Amino acid sequence: MLRDDANEAVAIAADLKTGISRRGFLQMAGAGLFIFFVTDPTAAFQEPTRLPAPTSYPTDFNAYLRIGGDGRVTCFVGKVEMGQGSKTALAQLLTDELDVSFDSVDMVMGDTELCPWDMGTFGSLSVRQFGPVLRGAVAEARAVLLQMAAEYLQLPSVEQLRVKDGLVMYVQDEHKSVSYAKLVEGKRIERHLQKVPLKPVSAFTVIGKSPRRKDALEKVTGKARYAADMTPPGTLHARIIRPPAHGATRKEVDTTAAEKVPGVRVIRDGEMIAVLHEQPDIAEQARALIRARFEPPRPSADDRTIFDHLLKAAPPLQVVNEKGALAEGEKLATRVVEETYRNSYVAHAPMETHSAVAVIEGGKLRVWASTQTPFSIRPQLAQAVGFAPENVRVIAPYIGGGFGGKSASQQAVEAARLAKITGRAVQVVWDRAEEFFYDTFRPAAVVKIRSGLNDAGKLVFWDYQVYGGGPREAQPFYDIPHQRTQSAGDWNGNPPGLHPFAVGPWRAPSVNTNTFARESHIDTLASKLGRDPLEFRLSHLSDPRMRRVLLAASEHFGWKPASGPSGRGVGLACAIYSGTYVATAAEVAVNKSTGTVEVKRVVSAQDQGVTVNPDGSRQQMEGSITMGLGYALAEEVRFKDGAVLDRNFDTYQIPRFSWLPRIETILIENPETPASGCGEPPITTTGAVMANAIFDATGARLLQLPMTPERLKAALPPG
Amino acid sequence: MRRSISFTLNGKPVQLTVDDERMLLWVLRYDLGLTGTKFGCGAALCGSCTVIVNDEAVQACVTAVKEIAGKRVLTIEGLSREGHLHPIQEAFLNHEAFQCGYCTPGMIVQAYALLLKKAHPTREEIIRHLDNNLCRCGSHTRIVDAILEAAGSTKGVA
Repeated sequence: MLRDDANEAVAIAADLKTGISRRGFLQMAGAGLFIFFVTDPTAAFQEPTRLPAPTSYPTDFNAYLRIGGDGRVTCFVGKVEMGQGSKTALAQLLTDELDVSFDSVDMVMGDTELCPWDMGTFGSLSVRQFGPVLRGAVAEARAVLLQMAAEYLQLPSVEQLRVKDGLVMYVQDEHKSVSYAKLVEGKRIERHLQKVPLKPVSAFTVIGKSPRRKDALEKVTGKARYAADMTPPGTLHARIIRPPAHGATRKEVDTTAAEKVPGVRVIRDGEMIAVLHEQPDIAEQARALIRARFEPPRPSADDRTIFDHLLKAAPPLQVVNEKGALAEGEKLATRVVEETYRNSYVAHAPMETHSAVAVIEGGKLRVWASTQTPFSIRPQLAQAVGFAPENVRVIAPYIGGGFGGKSASQQAVEAARLAKITGRAVQVVWDRAEEFFYDTFRPAAVVKIRSGLNDAGKLVFWDYQVYGGGPREAQPFYDIPHQRTQSAGDWNGNPPGLHPFAVGPWRAPSVNTNTFARESHIDTLASKLGRDPLEFRLSHLSDPRMRRVLLAASEHFGWKPASGPSGRGVGLACAIYSGTYVATAAEVAVNKSTGTVEVKRVVSAQDQGVTVNPDGSRQQMEGSITMGLGYALAEEVRFKDGAVLDRNFDTYQIPRFSWLPRIETILIENPETPASGCGEPPITTTGAVMANAIFDATGARLLQLPMTPERLKAALPPG
Repeated sequence: MRRSISFTLNGKPVQLTVDDERMLLWVLRYDLGLTGTKFGCGAALCGSCTVIVNDEAVQACVTAVKEIAGKRVLTIEGLSREGHLHPIQEAFLNHEAFQCGYCTPGMIVQAYALLLKKAHPTREEIIRHLDNNLCRCGSHTRIVDAILEAAGSTKGVA
């Protein structure tokens, strides 16, 4: 389903560029052919466009921007800001396309009433897929404004006009000028233009630079507001009874003691039992007084038996890609190397837990929620309270980290139901144990690779099977004449029941699993042939972009050719994600007696096409590398019979300051290629690059993530 | 026990009638409306709720109100003075030492506590001092660089 949405977004982006079949889209969206400028943005806020539950980007550019009488430009986008910096990057796109000053742009994001429809913020798509949509709309707005300016200045055409900081000037006589603000003031215009070209890269002024983040000041002063910071008058804080394990059934409940706490309300609604109070900590204490007996679920897998379970329970393998014929490849091979790779469930563990505040006023539901998908959860919320979707407004304020984990938004539904029942504003903030319990984990997975080399040291076949982790980017980009990639069970939990609890997108879904397996295996092959891992990779790579990032990373790193294990503790890995090419080199030191790994240095090179914001891109790369160290070395959700045993940061260890290597990032200049995603790529390489560096240091080939001290010590070669 | 508690909050005297066993985090956020201090784990494991009590960094989620009676409490909201950002905040801006921003108040306040004790800490001292403040976005290297810069620029941070 995500893929269909993505394709649709691409189609719409293309449509906005070409203008083809625009009328069709307008009919579909039910929008009129008019332009409505308002001078006072707050007035606009009170009369939003009413569209019947849109599921595509609107084509009327007024949905994306408003120009105020004071010259400030408000940009409306359905994306959310969860740290990835799109509030800044999207403002840069608007700035350059409209020719206004960056500082004059105000962003309104993630509000279903004020912002145009959006499918959700995930997959590093905000700039890559939504960027062209926004630019197309803004380019058309600018062209219309130029026409209006020409008429205002009584010029025969727009040819002799230029724009700077929102001021349209006649180039022959720059005193002849008019501002956007003046042009749109009090006017209602019905005008659209077709086939307005986007600006060429050479005309960019702010794109490609790193202006101060739009969210910076609020975030360093504590003024940035997250969902749990919203407290409408009379807010009740809810705590909900949770089962001890997934699949446990509730038998008896005694709420007497909780009900005796002054000011507490206990609400039963279907399966839900909630305790509410004006103070969250008192609601929490009252919840602890509830005695509930649950019947445990049938015994099921735990974190050790899960891999056997996945292989047994997986549906039949589906071919993702096939080239040549494996049987032919087998004949050519003189050496066959087979291996099995595993990775555990990992949690998103954002610092902000799932939070929502719901309030019903005048027959309308308003929900502030920490969600990556404000538009997608609207129908769900509407159903929960029995309202029409257009009477539900979802606002995603700043999100305290998402990483894919805030796509499902159960907490918003809980708050909405309780708001309906109590008639009060209700805040639901999950505690850390609830966050771990209801998280949609990165799925555990098993990858089997069977591969063959010929006498010349060339890979001649590659037979790849992934179970439970999903097929994204599983197909190798190396030159291998005979290959087949198969997958059983997707990363999003399909088919249901394969995984013992909810799984879902975790920063670069499925690709961390597949990159770990492929890049570990490539390293193993190089080592068996006594060849340098960089040279072995290059000898199987004709894709120039991949060669370029590998060479950039290894050159910057100071890579010296040697076959592993060399004892130096250096490793390489590379990947493609979301259209972006990435290569990472790392150096580690391993303490063989404790099994601990000190990561000394990580160098990543990334080719993401046009770079909108270099510093923002580097922040994402650094974040990806840092976060990746967690799943590589420590993070693993322990569970048994449906109970999640990790409930807080005491047992579930995420990367800390003391783990940090020196991190160096390289952005490849590639302005001829459209921008691709930058929020995730290096994280796909951290598992393999750590595994390969550990192997190089010790000769221990770790086949399972995370590479904990116990697993590392167990894998050390004798002596 | 419900009683009257007095303390200084961001330089101003505060008097509250409150159950003195309640944790400071909830009182700050929901009784006093200072939402810059964040809930992250509820067990002093993440540092999102770090505040300063009498020049020491504490986790507000495990600090009962009775423990702050008569003391000075400083939160992220009290760091900038007369419209001027504190040098640590300036340095966080310069280095863009945050992404989602949720851990940021706790990081800045924790750094403030360090610089109170030691005006010019080394990189290693900063890492040790901040090691229990968690950041999931991975802004760590920038945070350390920002604190080093702030330490270089300040002559006494209080």
